[in-house]
Amino acid sequence: MLRARLLENKLSSLYKAGKIVGGVYIGKGQEAVSASLGASLVKGRDIFAPLIRDQAGRTAFGEPMIDCTRTYLGSVLGPMRGRDGNIHRGRPLEGMPAMISHLGAEVSVVAGMLVARRLKGVLQGVVGATCVGDGATSTGSFHEGLNMAAVENLPMVVLVGNNQFAYSTPTDRQFACDDLLDRAKGYGVAGHSVDGTDMLACAKVIGRAVELAREGGGPQMVVARLLRLSGHGEHDDGSYVPPVLKTGHLGRDCLETGIAQMIENGFATVDEVERWKIDFTAEVQAAVAQAQQEPTPDPWVEDWRACSSEPGGNI
Amino acid sequence: MSVTYVDAIRDAQEKLLRDDPRVFLYGQDISQFGGAFKATKGLAEAFPGRVLDSPISEDAMIGMAVGAAIEGMRPIVEMQFADFSSIAFNQIVNQAATHFYRTGVPVPLTVRLPSGGTPGSGPFHSQSMESLYAHYPGLIVVTPATVSDAYHMLLDAVALDDPVIYCEHKFLYRWLKAPRINGDHLPIGKARITRPGKHATVVAYSAMVHEAVRAAERLKEEGSWEIEVVDLRSVKPLDMDTVLASVARTGRLLALGEAFPWGGVTAEVVARVCAEGFHLLDAPPRRLNSRDTPVPYHPKLWAAHRPTPESICIALRELLNF
Repeated sequence: MLRARLLENKLSSLYKAGKIVGGVYIGKGQEAVSASLGASLVKGRDIFAPLIRDQAGRTAFGEPMIDCTRTYLGSVLGPMRGRDGNIHRGRPLEGMPAMISHLGAEVSVVAGMLVARRLKGVLQGVVGATCVGDGATSTGSFHEGLNMAAVENLPMVVLVGNNQFAYSTPTDRQFACDDLLDRAKGYGVAGHSVDGTDMLACAKVIGRAVELAREGGGPQMVVARLLRLSGHGEHDDGSYVPPVLKTGHLGRDCLETGIAQMIENGFATVDEVERWKIDFTAEVQAAVAQAQQEPTPDPWVEDWRACSSEPGGNI
Repeated sequence: MSVTYVDAIRDAQEKLLRDDPRVFLYGQDISQFGGAFKATKGLAEAFPGRVLDSPISEDAMIGMAVGAAIEGMRPIVEMQFADFSSIAFNQIVNQAATHFYRTGVPVPLTVRLPSGGTPGSGPFHSQSMESLYAHYPGLIVVTPATVSDAYHMLLDAVALDDPVIYCEHKFLYRWLKAPRINGDHLPIGKARITRPGKHATVVAYSAMVHEAVRAAERLKEEGSWEIEVVDLRSVKPLDMDTVLASVARTGRLLALGEAFPWGGVTAEVVARVCAEGFHLLDAPPRRLNSRDTPVPYHPKLWAAHRPTPESICIALRELLNF
């Protein structure tokens, strides 16, 4: 969580300094939820399809920080080689699909990865997980994907971060049910609700959901209540978010509450946390500096091929 | 004994399931029921667990196939009708088609689209979607017109590492028969001279190849015209070598397709021939497509909506008399 926050703070600065083109999309306020999922999964065995506010989950899952800075800064050595940017990155062969912008679209992709494992006879003990926001739950893709996962009874976790706004649209213009959790019953999947500002609660509830999926309990839908503590992207000041929300319970910063919980429970000392900040800041600086020194794509040597095969020799 | 076009599709899938453990089939009503057109008849029984009924969720069907392909499988998705692939459009053009370019990981999946019109099918069970998919980088789009091509091109499609849109024409399913599947076949990306000629070239694909041959026969009886018919077989890749060689022989081009007239495969053929072979042309190239309305329900309207041997003959006479 802390590593992701420090990394994203830096990305935001780079964007505002004009060093990153396109956009920067951060997960400020969603780190507890995202990291709880990423940390509950095992890289090399499980599948994790993050969305735009999942830097913390990516880090916890084991995505190297350099994948992030290379993709944002357009290094050809990164996984997307300048062909796609920012949060549209992944390593599909390592269980981490690269999201497209169309919301809800990864739900069925994760389902398909799990179906493939089932067909190959290697599904035992595997969990596939993906994250969406409140806005994505309105898409047909989300509905189709979750329904399909339920029909196939797949070991899947769909984590809905209800951060109260889809870009600028509040939840009362997004859905009319009392609670998105109500939908779990409609899909025939287990539902879990959690306070997304409470790190220990997130770790417990989301960890349990992953466990239940792993044990054969079928798809698990987790709805986390929280507030996006940033704009939609760093181009957006989020001025449409009412102050009362920011000062209320949902406006709590999960990182601050998380650090307090760590200290209160004796998981870490104040000194340790301060040392982490120093260490992680250095790690961020190094990842940024390395990516900045690396070559960017050259249109003259780019192969400009969208297909891996060239049947007949000419497309 | 003869083999129909739909038999060839079924038999190809049977062979794929038998020979390649990575292959599985996914689609609506394809399991015990054998598919709306029986293209998967008996396969669920022969290959338990590998022919799966999907919910009515075209978007998720393709998303699922992409995920499975990432994991090394070779899914074949049956859209019940090509028209319904509009619901899957996002997953096809944004997820599947971009995947290799973005990530370097190919997604070998095949989408079977039962395409084109049949009498009485109306606006939503008659569409030809090949031009839409051919527009997007990252997809291979094939349009078999013969029984043997239906068979071999489906095998070839599944063997390719890229997403393939396999457009099978519903009108040909049971009407088109062959004594047997030919052993020899051309690779995807190569067009075929279906009927040699010297006075004009008709470039066609899918069911329109047969309408073009009918028109060519009429013009031969009528005035000893020898019309060359080129079957594109795949619209992407587009075999311009064969098309240009034919136009070089005949000097005249009619591009023929069943899809809607605005843009599309026929426009692409004409544009490329003009750009790459303008000097070969003795007359302005022509296009003939369906009319620019939704595909009508009534057989009388439907028969006049799509190109027919009559309308092809009219277009060819104008081309020949220029």
